[in-house]
Amino acid sequence: MSQYTNYIGKPTNRVDGPAKVTGAAKYAAEFNVPNLAYGVVVSSPIAKGKIIKVYSKPVLKIPGVLAVFSHENVPNLAWFDRNYKDDVAPGGSPFRPLHDNEVKFSQQPIALVVADTFEVARYAASILEIEYEEEDHETDIELKRTEGFMPGRGKSGWMPPPPPRGKPDKEWKKAAHRIEHEYIHGAQHHNPMEMFATTTEYHPDGSITAYDKTQGVYNAQQYISKIFGLSKKQARVVTEYMGGGFGSGLRPQYQLFMSVMAALELKRSVRVTLTRQQMFSFGHRPYTLQYVKLGTNPDGTLAALQHHALHETSRFEEYTENVVNWSGMLYQCDNVKLGYQLAELDVYTPLDMRAPGAATGSIALEIAMDEMAFEAGLDPVDFRIRNYAETDQNMKKPFSSKRLRDCYHQGAAKFGWEKRNPRPRSMRDGNMLVGWGMAGGVWDATQKKSAAKATLTADGRLEVSSATSDIGTGTYTIMTQIAAQYLGLPIEAVTFKLGDTDLPEAPLEGGSWTAASVGTAVKNVCEEMGKKLLKQAQKMKGSPLKKAKFDDVEFVNGQIRLRLDPDQAVVIRDVLQASGKEKLEAETSATPNMLKQMQHSMHSHNAVFAEVKVDEDLGTVHVTRVVNAVAAGRILNLKTARSQVLGSIVWGISMALMEETIMDHKFGRYMNHNYAEYHIPVNADVRDLQVLFVEEEDEVVNPLGVKGIGEIGLLGVAAAIANAVFHATGKRVRTLPVMIDKLL
Amino acid sequence: MNPFTYSHATAVDDAVRDKASHHDAAYIGGGTNLLDLMKENVERPTHLIGLNRLPLTKIQNDPEGGLRLGALATNADTAWHPEVEKRYPLLSQAILAGASPQLRNMATNGGNLMQRTRCYYFYDTATPCNKREPGSGCSAIGGYNRIHAILGTSQSCIATHPSDMCIALAALEAVVRVSGPNGERTIEFADFHRLPGNAPHIDNTLRPGELITGLDLPAKGFEKNYSYLKLRDRTSYAFALVSVAAALELEGNTIKDARIALGGVAHKPWRDTDVEDALKGQPATADTFRKAATQLLQGARGFGSNDFKVELAKRAIVRALKQATEMKQGPTEAFLNSNP
Ligand SMILES: Cc1cc2nc3c(=O)[nH]c(=O)nc-3n(C[C@H](O)[C@H](O)[C@H](O)COP(=O)(O)OP(=O)(O)OC[C@H]3O[C@@H](n4cnc5c(N)ncnc54)[C@H](O)[C@@H]3O)c2cc1C
Ligand code: SF4
Repeated sequence: MSQYTNYIGKPTNRVDGPAKVTGAAKYAAEFNVPNLAYGVVVSSPIAKGKIIKVYSKPVLKIPGVLAVFSHENVPNLAWFDRNYKDDVAPGGSPFRPLHDNEVKFSQQPIALVVADTFEVARYAASILEIEYEEEDHETDIELKRTEGFMPGRGKSGWMPPPPPRGKPDKEWKKAAHRIEHEYIHGAQHHNPMEMFATTTEYHPDGSITAYDKTQGVYNAQQYISKIFGLSKKQARVVTEYMGGGFGSGLRPQYQLFMSVMAALELKRSVRVTLTRQQMFSFGHRPYTLQYVKLGTNPDGTLAALQHHALHETSRFEEYTENVVNWSGMLYQCDNVKLGYQLAELDVYTPLDMRAPGAATGSIALEIAMDEMAFEAGLDPVDFRIRNYAETDQNMKKPFSSKRLRDCYHQGAAKFGWEKRNPRPRSMRDGNMLVGWGMAGGVWDATQKKSAAKATLTADGRLEVSSATSDIGTGTYTIMTQIAAQYLGLPIEAVTFKLGDTDLPEAPLEGGSWTAASVGTAVKNVCEEMGKKLLKQAQKMKGSPLKKAKFDDVEFVNGQIRLRLDPDQAVVIRDVLQASGKEKLEAETSATPNMLKQMQHSMHSHNAVFAEVKVDEDLGTVHVTRVVNAVAAGRILNLKTARSQVLGSIVWGISMALMEETIMDHKFGRYMNHNYAEYHIPVNADVRDLQVLFVEEEDEVVNPLGVKGIGEIGLLGVAAAIANAVFHATGKRVRTLPVMIDKLL
Repeated sequence: MNPFTYSHATAVDDAVRDKASHHDAAYIGGGTNLLDLMKENVERPTHLIGLNRLPLTKIQNDPEGGLRLGALATNADTAWHPEVEKRYPLLSQAILAGASPQLRNMATNGGNLMQRTRCYYFYDTATPCNKREPGSGCSAIGGYNRIHAILGTSQSCIATHPSDMCIALAALEAVVRVSGPNGERTIEFADFHRLPGNAPHIDNTLRPGELITGLDLPAKGFEKNYSYLKLRDRTSYAFALVSVAAALELEGNTIKDARIALGGVAHKPWRDTDVEDALKGQPATADTFRKAATQLLQGARGFGSNDFKVELAKRAIVRALKQATEMKQGPTEAFLNSNP
């Protein structure tokens, strides 16, 4: 009999799909608690200066307006910076909403108008007069090129670039072929479909439940409890569903502060929802300038590699991401120098956005690699394979597993790369130039401590829970699959709960570590439960499992049975009934095996192949085909994993061809702050996309062998497209996105 | 949003009267532009007059052999109307190159003519803008002006009219029918929209209180040789950086009549009848088209981020005329016109 409860790896439909398409799934702004008041945020029109006065009086006279909060009347709150620091706050002094009269960035939240209805609040907010004294601002990183500094404090997950190795300057000068170029990419905003919102339900005992949009309910909880002096019991945070995050929900956003503050002050439930325009008022992928120097030996191996990056941060925090470090490990090179600097501007602190740092760094490195291959007269795939890194030279450690070579080979085969004429401008389709380009990338495989709980009830239903998030990635589904498989139950009998501080603690949903971290906790808790079940099964009259040890049995098809003699089995539901218990419970956590992990470099890899068609007269580029070959350990669900990579490719097309938040430095303000002018691909821009998972076994990363696929798919896509544009046209565009004007 | 009152008009006269009796009233068609403007506090009407119950949704033949488009017919119904598709395919193509299916299902023909510029600064009340607040200054000059005009600009404003439909209507020489407090009148399409001059807050020549009731298309539809070419930052659902409505009447390879209207380059659909006249009698060759393009763009100037539009417009004109001449779909056309 087939083992129908073996769900891991199978392309499984989203378990939360029906709730989402029927509207049963509720998002932060959809919890209609009784007696709800509505808050609307007023944003600063200036980038820097002082608030002279907030003229609240006329607004307070409007029937229905309950309060106007600003620095002038904000209640006394926690004083020290540390109370405002969340789990991923960079070094520095976090922005405190409504704290004082300083304006530090354009669109800074200046006031919150609360009213009985949303319409009144919005109207009142629109006529609230605020007097400012403007000061000179600096928002243009181009003018700060010489003022970069090495961050002193960083943030969790950030690693300063490794020290130089070998003789990068000398060897570069001696190299047979050399290139050096600057690469630029502008700012980008996450722009998930769902706007940030918090509905804070005020309970009669003074406690609150915040229905928030966050990628980490525990992070949000500790933030508000420290600021408002609430105990954890008094501050529950819930995020059952999220309409996309991409990193924007890693840090608590200011609507959470606003909504909780107003609810506590007014002793009434309050909802605050940001507008699409306000979605451009907080973190973003930083505007980054990069400089890459590469040199090769006559045999096509890399003689020297240098990669420097300078990106923006705010005046108050040192936002850091790993931009250049990857360049020291993706290819074998003994002469390497990596540099990383920040420049302070009058903007909000940048914020991790899908594959932070790597997405940026890989654009520069992988376009440069293409330039280098061309200069040295080598095929770009061949060039990369010649410089294949067998060990991680940054860490001086072996890889826990690495099948990037197979990504190159399998991706190239699927794409038909061998038919490529290496000469630029040599391939055509009618009057269009055709270009084929490739690139690749690397991302961390991380596991974090996580906890999970399981409850098995007499009716044979299993509920497993952990306070992680599903930002649309498929967490609900893969956790359900893991639990169903480890306890051998039909997937329909298993429910997974997440996004609630009443559940066992899980890390922020980010860094592609959720599958590894929470997945392992779910596996562990199911094994705990399995042990309890076995004990009960052994108490049954005539139990065939009487003498079995836990390792002797398996949980399959709703049964516990002997591995070596599967006919010796008991039905799990019967065990529960015989036990006379209403339910069995287990709770446990999973921590990484540091001993093993410390000895290895753990990473996922990919190789991307792209075809573009360029109408040279008109400067239009269309990406007609992409193959993305990913090696990311074990794939838990082929369907949701493929969706993750498809989404990544679309985003890569976006980064390559259209996406950019444009600032007018006169005002220090982003000007295309809406969906009509902030361009991301539409269906017509997305054509033939193919995803290929290279099988990869890894016993080091975690017991499940998964590396996570939330981010790796994005790497290399933009560079592959830019490289394809060069192959098509002979024009090298080093400032992305490649828009019409750059090809005319 | 400002508090406002709302009424439905069921007859044109009532709508006009209702408008005249309110100080800050606005007509509302599909609302796809007006609602955004109200949400952004760019426009704050205190009274809205809903037009969708007016008997102006029909598309029918007129006695002179042309076609009359009701002002309240939706963009979608117009584009897909069999008579429009058959006799004025240029118009169909232009409409379908605009916005998205959802928007076109809501948007009305009258509203399309009246839609306002997409200038970033116009929509952001934190920045000065002469069109929104006369006398406050133009932020786009010296600012980020990728989508702005290169022809017919003034020191007060360099905004463009963003419509696709209107570019085809200009090429086809439609006539706008309006009804106002002083009765009915018609306006030649070329005279409907205006250049900014020193009054950029005025988009067109409609008089206060006037309502658009319909559009008359002349009999001549250029259904044999036409092309609407739209260049934009993504393949669909983006406003034109440059668009060209090209219509030709050919005898063999000789041009008998030509119309070229440009979008995305000026405060109104841009035409130059001298250039069109000069094309008459010329062979339909790349050379002829290039000359026309150069002439059409004479006097064009960029403002920084939109400098590229001058060259792009020239190339687009040449391509559109070529497509209109050849009337065959190659792979490029399939990409550029992939919208519907
Ligand atoms: C995201 C987005 C993308 C878009 N992309 C494109 C594009 O690519 N190309 C394109 O051409 N358009 C595009 N549009 C614009 C769209 O075509 C217009 O919004 C639409 O045509 C307006 O019609 P409406 O009936 O909705 O007008 P409304 O919003 O109802 O009204 C607009 C204005 O016209 C006035 N008005 C309406 N009807 C009449 C009348 N009969 N007489 C007098 N005044 C009247 C109103 O008072 C108001 O001032 C886009 C719009 C959006 C929101
Ligand atoms: S171009 Fe016109 S609409 Fe834009 S800011 Fe200047 S005046 Fe305003």
